Amino acid sequence: MSALFANAAPGMGFLGGLLIGLAGVVMLLGIGRIAGVSGLAAQAIGITGSDSRAVALAFIIGLPVGAALIAAARPIAVTFPSSLPVLIIGGLLVGFGTRLGSGCTSGHGVCGLSRLSPRSMVATGLFMAAGFATVAAMRAFGWV
Amino acid sequence: MRAFIALLAGTIFGAGLALSGMVDPARVRGFLDLFGTWDATLAFVMAGALLPMAIAWRLQPRLPRAASGDHFALPSTRRIDVPLAVGALLFGVGWGIAGLCPGPAIANLALAPLAVLPFLAAMFAGMLLHRLWAAQR
Repeated sequence: MSALFANAAPGMGFLGGLLIGLAGVVMLLGIGRIAGVSGLAAQAIGITGSDSRAVALAFIIGLPVGAALIAAARPIAVTFPSSLPVLIIGGLLVGFGTRLGSGCTSGHGVCGLSRLSPRSMVATGLFMAAGFATVAAMRAFGWV
Repeated sequence: MRAFIALLAGTIFGAGLALSGMVDPARVRGFLDLFGTWDATLAFVMAGALLPMAIAWRLQPRLPRAASGDHFALPSTRRIDVPLAVGALLFGVGWGIAGLCPGPAIANLALAPLAVLPFLAAMFAGMLLHRLWAAQR
């Protein structure tokens, strides 16, 4: 790999990505639903209405189960670079923003982009741009 | 049956997040950090995830129903409006400062539960705040 990818894990990233996409396929062709985590999480805890809370809850419970299965087979690095107040502000923004914008990285990013949904293309472009700009600003202020 | 399929999908999704390194907030932050030592992994994850989904979207219109017998319940809104844009921007800022989005945050309950709990509590509080705010309008 070139120096551009010196820091990256392209192989495992692509493989893991295939699994994420496969999960989206199982939801779509299996039960006719979008694998959008923010929407399903809101349905699972009853913040928004759902025709089947059990479905949403089951998907959400699966997320840590799947992560635990991989962690049992190989060490998974998890480092939290942010302080507690930053994590809390980040959580509030992610929670409010994903509800207002009707989706997150999975719903808009994976399911919407692959569907060529114009809404999801705009949303993904904006949250990616905001993410890049935010970390660039943090770097400029010396917070990274 | 539907819940079982959803549990299976969630488990595959969580496994994918862990295998790809996307459960690691430092790695996600590394992707968003264009002016630091950029970590391109997230782009490969996206490519991997879009591939099977793009094929599934080609098949879906030809199918009368999902395998479970359910009708497809898919988003039909096509309007690009202010809430979509503002919501995406707010989400992007939160994603950038914390290095976490909803999927990896929930998957981290299995890997770093104590570290992720404040973020998750705040995330659900943010969702609840949105609901209260939307009800006021």
